Amino acid sequence: MYRIVTKKVLNPSVTLMEVEAPRLAAAARCGQFLIVRAREQGERIPLTISDFDREKGTVTICTQTVGASTRIINAMEEGDCFTDCVGPLGRPSEFTEWDDARLEGERFLFIAGGLGAAPVYPQVKYLHSKGVPVDVIIGAKNAGLLIFAEQMKAVCDNLYLCTDDGSLGEKGLVTGVVDRLLGEGKKYTQAVAIGPMIMMKYATLGLKPSGIPLTVSLNTLMVDGTGMCGACRVSVGGKTRFACVDGPEFDAYEVDFDEAMRRQGLYRDLEMEADHKCKIGRDR
Amino acid sequence: MMDRMKKIPVREQEPEVRARNFNEVCYGYDELEARAEASRCLNCKNPGCVAHCPVSIKIPVFIKQLKDGDFTAAAATIAEDSSLPAICGRVCPQETQCESGCILGVKGEAVSIGRLERFVADWSRGNGIRPEPAKLRNGRKVAVVGSGPAGLACASDLARMGYDVTIFEMLHKAGGVLQYGIPEFRLPKDTVVAHEIENVKALGVKIETNVVIGRTLTIDDLFDREGFEAVFVGSGAGLPKFMGIPGENLNGVFSANEYLTRSNLMQAYSPESDTPIRIGRKVAVVGGGNVAMDAARTALRLGSEVTIVYRRTEKELPARSEEVHHALQEGIRFCMLTNPVEVLGDEKGCVKALRCLKMTLGEPDASGRRSPVPVSGSEFDLEADLVIMALGTSPNPLISSTTGGLETDRRGCLVATPEGATTREGVFAGGDAVTGAATVILAMGAGRKAAAAMDEYLKNKR
Repeated sequence: MYRIVTKKVLNPSVTLMEVEAPRLAAAARCGQFLIVRAREQGERIPLTISDFDREKGTVTICTQTVGASTRIINAMEEGDCFTDCVGPLGRPSEFTEWDDARLEGERFLFIAGGLGAAPVYPQVKYLHSKGVPVDVIIGAKNAGLLIFAEQMKAVCDNLYLCTDDGSLGEKGLVTGVVDRLLGEGKKYTQAVAIGPMIMMKYATLGLKPSGIPLTVSLNTLMVDGTGMCGACRVSVGGKTRFACVDGPEFDAYEVDFDEAMRRQGLYRDLEMEADHKCKIGRDR
Repeated sequence: MMDRMKKIPVREQEPEVRARNFNEVCYGYDELEARAEASRCLNCKNPGCVAHCPVSIKIPVFIKQLKDGDFTAAAATIAEDSSLPAICGRVCPQETQCESGCILGVKGEAVSIGRLERFVADWSRGNGIRPEPAKLRNGRKVAVVGSGPAGLACASDLARMGYDVTIFEMLHKAGGVLQYGIPEFRLPKDTVVAHEIENVKALGVKIETNVVIGRTLTIDDLFDREGFEAVFVGSGAGLPKFMGIPGENLNGVFSANEYLTRSNLMQAYSPESDTPIRIGRKVAVVGGGNVAMDAARTALRLGSEVTIVYRRTEKELPARSEEVHHALQEGIRFCMLTNPVEVLGDEKGCVKALRCLKMTLGEPDASGRRSPVPVSGSEFDLEADLVIMALGTSPNPLISSTTGGLETDRRGCLVATPEGATTREGVFAGGDAVTGAATVILAMGAGRKAAAAMDEYLKNKR
């Protein structure tokens, strides 16, 4: 029964939980997500897998309180159980399919905004374990909200922190750090940006002139997460794709971010009305 | 004086009342009505009804037992061939199956076989009758993927034969389309569906929810790591189709699957549920099948004004006639010979209208139905703030794409023999995963056939 074995409050709105789900942990790969329900009448909430331990049979999730359902999740304590936990869902990150020869010579840049640091972590950890050079930028509004800095430091080559108010690291946005690094002549062969949709949009615009391939992970609305409902549809390269089964990771330069942001806001008015701000996918 | 040529009418909620609630539309027969209807049966020597039943229920036998007042025996007769009679009695298209074979139907109205089946099943649920597990268990492990009608029927038969059966379901509740697709007002979940699934469990079948075959475990894992000797794939046809017209990704365009899943599986119509659902002022439902009727009637009950948009005429509607009749009674508007060409949005990207063309029927197509042809210059805009696409579904590629040696056809359906054997040894399949979207009872029929074939395969394998 999907028991919470560890709970850590990372900041006032983000909680990390390690959850017992042996089959899920055995199959999980980085880039994938899972869906939890906190209670019987609960909503299905998709959350990116931010770590997994096959031996212990646990998966780690990070949930940001954005409304009723995520508030319920974050109020759960060690020893409590999720009613449901299913996954891993979505396709693993493409580079997990690459062999050592293919990884040879690659240099990765990860750009994480806010909660995006959580799903970035297992990817960085994986690449680091393969000996691939990885630099990471983590940005947040302020020092109190910036998460995963310690863990990330242990698995990457260079870690750059930035905050909107300058309370930790550089003052400014992640896109500013990207520009600075590229301006200094840093060379990357692959980049990955994960965070709020608006941040991914601007990271994409910013990185485009460099020609570095960029992958983003889309946190769309979802219901079943297995291809059944189509709530998660996004336009990628002019074609409709389902983030749950075709993604969640896509070629950033092909994504219609404006449409994705509009679709993500579909229930925002209902959430406001009913204090129901918990919608799926807004976990980052 | 009873007219043998006419069905005993069944009581229903008044249309104007039921259009505002999610309670079951049809009350079903009471004991007197059921026995009176049963007495219409001629108990034919060569019963056409049985030949037209995909699971071959011994219909005249149970009807005779019902007429004689032996409801327990009637229930036992049905149980020999079906684990889901309360479900089938409600959702089968009887008019094209059992009842189409009824001799009374030649000159008058066929016996209401569906309603009688429902009566027996409801009576047996009300009286706490549960099936017994098989006496002899052989201990051989068989896996069933998907807990919809095909999987439940297959699992039931295998369990009766003594196999150790586990069903893997990817959603959090068992039942597949019975749970996420068919609405409460046609098929009550907590009473009818839950009870019949418990009956399948009472036969000894285990059901594990939250396991996505193709992701959590693969078919290979089932054989190699979990020790199953054969697998039945009844994973249904869950992928929604869209039209591919401009504006389909505007806010307010939903697949019928999403709309129904929110309302049925997630019970978003209930204030108790944490899951939201958008309620349109004017809803356009595109399509003419049972799913379109279900989506339209769901939207109506949530308070919307609903129009069904279909490119052929009422005569060609693929939905069960009873569903069309109910929808009309409830005040749903039918806009026939109409085909959408674009969804129009406002400045915020929300749906404001559906741009359509009027159609006319031309020459018959490959399916024998006359194909619709656009009328030039007939373009018009149908006002709508919510559009539901009910255009059919296709099988989910999760299993076929993660299992070696499992062939699919160009529609993505698993290739299988009529007995259910796929192109991979030990893997059987049936239901919508093989045929594309069809009916509950055809899926059950396929599940039963596959169970027999699996038994044969496993006996020879030893």
